[in-house]
Formats: sequence, C-alpha cells, structure tokens
Amino acid sequence: MKRDIILAGVGGQGLLSIAAILGNAALGLGLHLRQCEVHGMAQRGGVVQSHIRYSDAPLYSDLVREGTADLILSLEPMESLRYLPFLRPDGALVTNSVPIKNMPDYPDLDRILGEIRRLPRHRIVDAAIVAEQAGSLQCANLVVLGAATPFLGLAEDSLEAGIRSVFAGKDPRIVETNLRGFRLGVEAVRRAA
Amino acid sequence: MSTRLLLGAEALAQGAIDAGLSGAFGYPGTPSTEITEHVQRSPEARSGAVRSRWTANEKTAVETALGMCYAGKRAMASMKHVGLNVAADPFINAAISGTNGGLLINVADDPSMHSSQNEQDSRLYTEIALVPCIEPANQQEAYDVPAYAFCFSERHRIPVLVRLTTRLAHSRAPVTLGPKRPQNELSAPTDRERFILLPSIARRSYERLILQQRDFLRESEESPFNRFVEGPDTSLGVIACGIAYNYVLEVTGGAPRFPVLKVGQYPLPLAAVERLFARCSEILVLEEGYPYVESRLLGSPRRSSPIIRGRLSGEVPRTGELSPQSVARALGLPAVHGFPTSATPVSRPPSLCPGCPHADTCRVLHDVLASRRTGHVFSDIGCYTLGALPPYGVIDTCIEMGASITMAKGASDAGLRPAIALIGDSTFAHSGMTGLLDCVNENSDVTIVIVDNSTVAMTGGQTSSAEHRLVAICEGLGVLPDHVRVIEPLPGHHAENVAVLEEEISHVGPSVVIARRECIQTLKRGARRPADKGGAE
Repeated sequence: MKRDIILAGVGGQGLLSIAAILGNAALGLGLHLRQCEVHGMAQRGGVVQSHIRYSDAPLYSDLVREGTADLILSLEPMESLRYLPFLRPDGALVTNSVPIKNMPDYPDLDRILGEIRRLPRHRIVDAAIVAEQAGSLQCANLVVLGAATPFLGLAEDSLEAGIRSVFAGKDPRIVETNLRGFRLGVEAVRRAA
Repeated sequence: MSTRLLLGAEALAQGAIDAGLSGAFGYPGTPSTEITEHVQRSPEARSGAVRSRWTANEKTAVETALGMCYAGKRAMASMKHVGLNVAADPFINAAISGTNGGLLINVADDPSMHSSQNEQDSRLYTEIALVPCIEPANQQEAYDVPAYAFCFSERHRIPVLVRLTTRLAHSRAPVTLGPKRPQNELSAPTDRERFILLPSIARRSYERLILQQRDFLRESEESPFNRFVEGPDTSLGVIACGIAYNYVLEVTGGAPRFPVLKVGQYPLPLAAVERLFARCSEILVLEEGYPYVESRLLGSPRRSSPIIRGRLSGEVPRTGELSPQSVARALGLPAVHGFPTSATPVSRPPSLCPGCPHADTCRVLHDVLASRRTGHVFSDIGCYTLGALPPYGVIDTCIEMGASITMAKGASDAGLRPAIALIGDSTFAHSGMTGLLDCVNENSDVTIVIVDNSTVAMTGGQTSSAEHRLVAICEGLGVLPDHVRVIEPLPGHHAENVAVLEEEISHVGPSVVIARRECIQTLKRGARRPADKGGAE
C-alpha cells in the first residue's frame, strides 16, 4: 500500500490539520511517512500546498514526483487545478466547490468545475453546506477529507483516530464537530457515487 | 528508544537537546525558525536548563553561542541563509579562535526562494571560514547530526556549520530518538590567549586552522554521513549531496543502477571522489543550491578526468531546488507525465491579513504620497513588504534587514526627498538602530515609519526584542522627542495619521513615526507565544 497525495488550498483553510490527521492515521498503522509543508510568506492568504506520502515500504523523497500522485485533495476549486501535472493518469481529484476569491481576476467558476468534471476520477463537494449541517463552517476541511476517504487507502476508524489525536486537548465539542463534518463528508460522496 | 514525528528542523533541535545542549540562540527566519522554536517548547528549555530566547539578530546569536561555548558548554545558533550574512563576522572569526565547548551554526538555505530574496549557498561560507559542514539527507540524519557534530567540534575545537535546505527543514518523518547526554560542566578555556585575536596570535591560529584542514578531510573520508554505494552500471557515477540522495533513491526504487557517492559532510571526501572517478567516465553532481561541488570538480582537470555534469552543464536547472522529477531527468530515466498543466488558475499572491495594522499604515502612506509627485518609500523585510502589491503599491525598495533607514538616508543625502523608511519593530531592533544613529549624527532629512505590531509576525509571531522600548530607543539615539510620534493605525484615525506623517515629513531632520497596533494574528491567538521566553525567566 502506498499513497502519494497533494493537498491544496489557501492560507487559513486548515490544510495543515488535514496533513496532520493523515500523518497521525498513517503512523498509527505503522506506515512509513513523509509530509512536506509550506511555511512563511506563502501562508498570508496565498497558495498553500502540502505533499503527504505514506506506504508500507520505505519512502525516500519528501516531495511527490510529478505524474505520480494518487490524489489531489483540495479545499478550493481553482487551487485543485494548479497541481494537475502531479496527478497520475488514473489518479483522483477531490475538491471543495466553494471558491475563495481574494483576487480581482478569479476565473469563471463554471469553467473551473467543468475542467474538474472532465477528469476521469473526481469528486466535488460543497463543503460549506455540509459543514453547516455538521454545526460549524470551521470543519469544511474535514468534510473534504471525508469526501476523499475512498481514495486514501486508510480505514475510516483510522482516520477518526487521527482526528481525535490531532484535536486532542481542544474542547470536546470541537472534536465532535470535526468528526461530524468528516462523517457527513464521507456520506456526501457515497450518496453522489 | 522512542519515535517522534518531527520536521527536519525540529529533528536537528531535538538531536542537539539530547546531545547535551546548554543554549540555543537565533533570530526567526524561514525555513530555520522551527529549530529554535522546538528547543523553546522542550521541557529542558521550559525548566530553564537550556537557554533559548530569541536574540536581537543573527550576529548576537552567534556571539552569544560562542560565549557559551567559551564557558565550556555546548551551544548553537540557528538562522536562515541570509542571516549568516549578518553573522558572518563572528562565524568566520570563531574558526580562527576556535571553540571550547561544542559550537554548531545551523543554517537553513532556501533554494527556489520560497520566502527569501536570494538562494545563496551556505556551503560557500564554510570555505571562507575553513570549517567543516554537515548536510543531513533526511530527518533521522538531522537528529543524528548534533551528537556527532558537537563531538567533532570539541575534538577539533572548531565550529561546525550544519546546513539544511527548505524541504528537509519543513518536512516531517518519524525519527528514532537516541540516549540523552548530560550537559557539559562549566569550564573556561585553559589556553585563553587564543580567544584574543591580536594579529600576532591570529597568525598562529590561522596557521593551525590551515593545518587542521587535513584532519577535517580525514574525518570526512570516515564520516557516517558520507557513503559510497556500489552500482553495476559504471557509465555514470552520481554524487548526491544532502537531500539529493533521497531523490536518487526515490526515482530508482531504492536501488540505483549507478555507483553513488552520498555526500553529507564537507570538505568533500576526496578519496571517495577518486574512487568514483576511477570507475566512471561521466559524473553527475546533484546538489541543492549552487553548483558548489560541481565547480570544484571542474577546477582540477586531469588527463583521465571524467566528464562532469550538473547545474553548470545544464543537466540540472541552474536555479531552484531539486525535485524527484528534475533528478529523474538528469539521470536519464524515462519521463513520467501527469495531466497537462491547466491554464485556468491565476496567481494568488500573499496579502496582508484582514484587519492587519500594516494595511492601515500603507493606506496612510498611500494618501501622503498621492498628494505629491515625489517621494520614495524605502522598505524592509517583514509582512509590510506586501505593501508593494496592489491595492497599496506604496513601497519602492526591499533589499535586506535594516536597509530601509540607511537607504533612505543615502537617497536623502543625494537630494531625493521626501525619503521615507518603512520598517517593522523587530527589523528595527535587528539592524535598524545603528542606521538611525547615522541619521541623527548627520541630521539627515528622513522620516522613519516604524510599524510596531509588537511581534515578529511573518515567521509566526515570535517575541520582538525591542518591545515596549521603541520610543526610548529612538530618543536615546538622539531623535528629538518632539519628532518621535506614536500613532494608532486604525481606519478611524486615518485623517489624523496622515496629518502626523505630513508634519514629520515637513520637519527637516530625522523624525520617527511609530505606528503601533498589535498583529491581528497574535491578537486572535489571545496572547503572544509565551514559550519563547526561554531560559530561566
């Protein structure tokens, strides 16, 4: 088992929490792990990306090689398209459909979603609506993680253990909201599929 | 033995703590910040057993670490690559004096300039200083380096430079921790004279340092961080420095067909290089940063020299960090393609956070500049550099830490006025104060805006070393008290703030306007990080 994943989003969306959850889940299973993230200037409302790799065989590179990613998991639709050269021909793209338009020339959203729908394997989820159902817009990142579970190669209970461990020490209500967001994300794509 | 998930930067810090570190000093800078932060968060620092407060700048960090090692303790200073420019003087001269306790200088280079203004390669500094350099390939090696390097430093009485690059500093992997070693006892040097670099003493010390080069080379030949890996296909030999070795293993499935010399310690292990040269007719050098090793191999052509390939010959791009893709290409492996690049995404530049005090200050500057044709804003390193971008577009320069005030002075001296400097509170403390003294001494006609958000914001909210003391510092340096003004950058104060800035621009001579409002990010977190108080405080 091996997964090479590109996480994409915008600063402040909770992308690094997703990376931490995946990392914890993979470590809990005794898998090899590499996780690479962007710090510093790039975080100020700009593009954020992280590479995460886990495998039952040794890993060497911190970065995913172009053309080999199994999954692009994106918290923002336009950002999901930025990394297409990394995605292997049979790879999947899972993205939130809610745009963050913090620049004047944001492209037409229908064009973006149309481009995503032309990919052989994709899931688009409106994470804002689902997150509100879960009780807080703050858990939109967990909704997208839930939507991506069919492609993660990790069991749902391993991911839930990862969520609990990353949010350990926080208010138990926050943990529950995040778990709810994650489960609703799982269901959202199950229904759609 | 326990295993922890650590960034490369954190692994280095943990390795140092476990190797008996007594003090970690540094100034925040991406991608090095997490080294010192990890020490600050450790139980050892919280209990006061390890000192780890942020210093005013990188130079004071290296000097403090040198002082601690003079006292027999193990100490380190950590910084980003451009920080070593600031600390170059103590770094290079500490090699002449030598050390007493172990001394590590940890430098994180930023090839591809993710958060930097250049991609200088710190390995070149080790040639100037004539000191050894260790470049770990992965997180485990980053953890293992300090135990080895502190011993090396104490054995040879020499500072050791540890080089990280962005990807290792900022990537996590499980790291197996080793045993904990106690700190050194306090022991001042018995041969104290060597720390007095009078020319007569320095000449002798320099001769000794030259002689030591043989010892450093011998250590490199035997270093656990250098490794010769045989391969059946000798049509190519690969020299893979630092994390380049990971990429070679990755794209060859862990079993390269060619002989590979993994380099993690310099001076370059020449015997191992000879071994590769004797076997292969062509050599590919893979290294992050400058073509440092490549150019040295080119420098000694012999009759039977193999052909040297790398960044200079074009097999590897001349600039930017390596990637599995660029390494695979340089090795001549079959191309692997993903989906074509989409033309749809537009750039999403970083921007000031909503509610950022700098945004209000930039709007004040904007209106002041809009009312006049002339006027230049000399800015500095920090979040406010984003004042260069729309919708503000108010700054004209950003070169390096502290350059705002002194460049404004030079431009004003030349007759370009108004000359306005825009500098953050932490950058001012780092290297703006001396420039302000120059302005005072010449009564230079400059207006200095210190944007005081009371933290080092860009690197995540570390303690700013001149906090609460900016007015006293400016007045103490000789700025007239009437011309040290404090404003609160809020939208409701805009007109008033414009008026204050106009008044100070019209004052002939140096004036300082301190725009003080806490960073919105540290404010949201409720408190600035208490962890970095460090030490026994």
